[in-house]
Amino acid sequence: MTLYAVIFYVLGVVILTATGFAVTRRQPVHAVLYLIVAFLGTGALFLLLGAPLLAAFVVIVYAGAIMVLVLFVIMILQQSPRESGLLSEWGPATLLGIVFLAVAVAMLFKDPGSGIVLKGAVARPRDFGRFLFDRYWLAVEILSVLLLVALVAIIQLGKRREADGEDDTVRNLNGASHPTAGQRSIISNEVKEGHQ
Amino acid sequence: MIVPLSHVFLLAGITFAMGLVCLVAHRNLVMTLIGVEVMMNAAAIAFVAASLRWQLMEGQAFVLFILAVSAAEISLGLMLVISLYRRTGSVDPDRYDILKW
Repeated sequence: MTLYAVIFYVLGVVILTATGFAVTRRQPVHAVLYLIVAFLGTGALFLLLGAPLLAAFVVIVYAGAIMVLVLFVIMILQQSPRESGLLSEWGPATLLGIVFLAVAVAMLFKDPGSGIVLKGAVARPRDFGRFLFDRYWLAVEILSVLLLVALVAIIQLGKRREADGEDDTVRNLNGASHPTAGQRSIISNEVKEGHQ
Repeated sequence: MIVPLSHVFLLAGITFAMGLVCLVAHRNLVMTLIGVEVMMNAAAIAFVAASLRWQLMEGQAFVLFILAVSAAEISLGLMLVISLYRRTGSVDPDRYDILKW
């Protein structure tokens, strides 16, 4: 067993443990923090498998940007966990996962080519970038359009309608103080429930 | 000489199954989105391993596309969750009963 193999198995254990903790937490904040560990492990695994540029992207985009975004949203929601670890919810899901895993493992070890040992190789960032913009420049442009469309959709969804009757009620309830977005939505919900 | 390809695929498969369980079992929409992220991460691991196995850079290019799609998906999904929370005051999909008459 070479040093690379040892590193791979250590990273695999780290990724699996962190992901396992992440998916079983009730508090989303804890799940996100465990998931950051899992994504850092994934970045190191990409480095081991010869993709240094992708390793940097995973650390920056996944562990950096996306997880911080999820954390911000969790803090906006102020939702206390109401879930219970009932067997009726986790039982079927776990069964589904185990069945999927069994089928996947059976297919994996049935394949004669699966025992091939990977040879080490590194795609240098310069070569990778040249390859990407040489052959798949159209896909990169389409991706930028996709991100732009997502941005427009998010702005459109995030706009609150000002000509709403409920907003006036909220303003009257709060007097001169200007509540933040989260408070305002909670108050308007309380008002709604009060009317019912 | 790193490890057999099947071991990397096994790691990706177990991670994907965990994401699937997280997606199905949780009753919090944020945790559901986290499950989707875990599944995309597993797919990325499998693509990088396949890229190394066949010594082709297409696999790594595809991982880059997965990253961008996943970023768009998670940001739009979280915005939808916030929008739903503003309307109903809950992130539990069982409590969305506005259409019930």
